[in-house]
Amino acid sequence: MTILVIAEHDNKVLAPATLNTVAAAAKIGGDIHVLVAGQGAGAVAEAAAKVAGVSKVLLADNAAYAHQLPENVAPLVAELGAGYSHILAAATSNGKNILPRVAAQLDVDQISEIVSVESADTFKRPIYAGNAIATVQSTAAVKVITVRATGFDPVAAEGGSAAVEAVAAVHNAGTSSFVGEELAKSDRPELTAAKIVVSGGRGMQNGDNFKHLYALADKLGAAVGASRAAVDAGFVPNDMQVGQTGKIVAPQLYIAVGISGAIQHLAGMKDSKVIVAINKDEEAPIFQVADYGLVADLFEAVPELSGSL
Amino acid sequence: MKVLVAVKRVVDYNVKVRVKADNCGVDLANVKMSMNPFCEIAVEEAVRLKEKGIATEIVVICVGPSTAQEQLRTALALGADRAVLVESAEELTSLAVAKLLKAVVDKEQPQLVILGKQAIDSDNNQTGQMLAALTGYGQGTFASKVEVSGDSVAVTREIDGGAQTVSLKLPAIVTTDLRLNEPRYASLPNIMKAKKKPLEVLTPDALGVSTASTNKTVKVQAPAARSAGIKVKSVAELVEKLKNEAKVL
Repeated sequence: MTILVIAEHDNKVLAPATLNTVAAAAKIGGDIHVLVAGQGAGAVAEAAAKVAGVSKVLLADNAAYAHQLPENVAPLVAELGAGYSHILAAATSNGKNILPRVAAQLDVDQISEIVSVESADTFKRPIYAGNAIATVQSTAAVKVITVRATGFDPVAAEGGSAAVEAVAAVHNAGTSSFVGEELAKSDRPELTAAKIVVSGGRGMQNGDNFKHLYALADKLGAAVGASRAAVDAGFVPNDMQVGQTGKIVAPQLYIAVGISGAIQHLAGMKDSKVIVAINKDEEAPIFQVADYGLVADLFEAVPELSGSL
Repeated sequence: MKVLVAVKRVVDYNVKVRVKADNCGVDLANVKMSMNPFCEIAVEEAVRLKEKGIATEIVVICVGPSTAQEQLRTALALGADRAVLVESAEELTSLAVAKLLKAVVDKEQPQLVILGKQAIDSDNNQTGQMLAALTGYGQGTFASKVEVSGDSVAVTREIDGGAQTVSLKLPAIVTTDLRLNEPRYASLPNIMKAKKKPLEVLTPDALGVSTASTNKTVKVQAPAARSAGIKVKSVAELVEKLKNEAKVL
C-alpha cells in the first residue's frame, strides 16, 4: 500500500496542514509519498522530504501549476495517483477545490473531511455540520480522501530524509487562468487555523462594539469570528461567520461573547477544546456547551478580561 | 446565454437533526425540509444575471425524491424559467449526482452551471468540482463574485485567508459561497405564477446513467456529547481557571 499526499503550499513554504494530512496517511499505514505541484517550489519539496514518515517526494514544477488551478493540477494528480492505494489532501480551500475533480477523473467517490481512520478502507467524517458522525467504507481501487486538520495531530516537520524526484508531466487544460489574489493583511490569524477564537453575537449591539473583541483578540493572538445573527444584523462581514453555513472551527480556546448559542452556531464551534461563554442571559443555550460560563454584562467583562491578561 | 442551476433538498438549517436509534442514518420523519442555503444563493445569482440581461434562460435542476418538486417550485418562484427533476428515491453520492447533471448538461448545453458549494446534510463539497471534471469545463468554486464578459467569466473565490480571482472560458462551472449575494424571498404572485411553469421529470435510467457507488455508509452516530461545565463568578476566576485548570492561556 502506498499513499500519495498532496502538499499544501504557496510555492515557498510547506503549509502546516500537510503535516496533519501525513499524520492521517501514517494512521492508514504504508509508504507515504508527497506530491508538490507548483512553480519554483523546490524549497517546498525539500521541506516535504524532511517530514517524518515520508519516503518519496514528487516535484512537478511548471508554470501550469503555479496557482494550483484545478483544471491543470487535477489531471496531474489523477495520472500520478492512479497507481496508489490512497490519495490524500488537506481539507483546505485548495484541497477541497482540487480533489473532487481528481476523484471524478478516476471515477471513484471521494470521502470528504475525515476526522479519524478506522482501517485502511473505513473512515469517520462529520455530516450535518458535525451533528452526526458517519462511518464510511470505500471499495474504490484508489481511495480519494480529504483530511480535516483538527482531527489529526501533526507529524514532525523534521526527521525524514526522502528523495525528491522530478515529474515531467505537464497538464495545461487552457480553460482557466489566474487573475489575482488578495490575501487579508490582518495580523490576526486566520479563523480556521487559529488556536484561540473570540466570537461576538447579537449581544455586541453594533459593529463598532466589536473593537472590544479585537482588543481582547490581540492580547490573546486570537482570530475574531461572529455568529450568524451578528452577520445578518450587519455588524461584521460574513466571512467572519462561524457556524453551519459559515466557517467550522475547532481551536484550543473558543470565547463566545454575547452569543446565545443557536444550533446553527454550535455546529460551527462545538469541537473546540475549551469553550468560554460570556452572556448576561443565564438561560442562554450557549452555557450548555461551555466549559466556563460567565453571566455578566459583556461591556464590563470583556474590557476587564483584556486588562487582566 | 442559458444558465443551469442545480439545487438540493435538505433538512432546514434551523433543525437540530437526530441520529436514528439503529445508527443507520439521521431521522428525517416529519422534519422541515428546505432548499440548501448555498443553492438559494446559486438561484439568486442566476436570477441577477437574467436581470442584468446576461442570462436569457434559467433552468433549475434537482436530483432527489419526488417531494423535491417543492424546492424546484421555490426556485421557479424566485425567477427560474423551467425545472427538471431527476427523480431518485435513493440517497445518491456526489459522483452519481455529478454524472446525472453531466447528462442534463449534454442535453441542455448551458453556458454556465451554478451550484451551491456544498449541501448542509452530507457536507461533501464535491458535486460542482466533479461536474467540472466530467464536462472538462473550468471551475470557479466558493465564489464571492461572478462577472460574465464575452466568452469568459471572472470568478472571485473565497480561499483560506483571502480571495482569489480566476478567469474561466465559457462554458464553466461556478459554486457559490456565502458572500456572493443575499437571496430574495419569493413574492406571493410569483409563487402562484411558478405553479404554471414547466417541470420535467426524468429518471437516472432514462438518462442512461449508473448511480453505483464506491462508498458505503456503515453507520451514523451522534457526536460525543458535550456536557455543560461550570459557571464562574468573576473575570478573575475565569482567567485563573483558563490558566491553571484548562491550561489554554
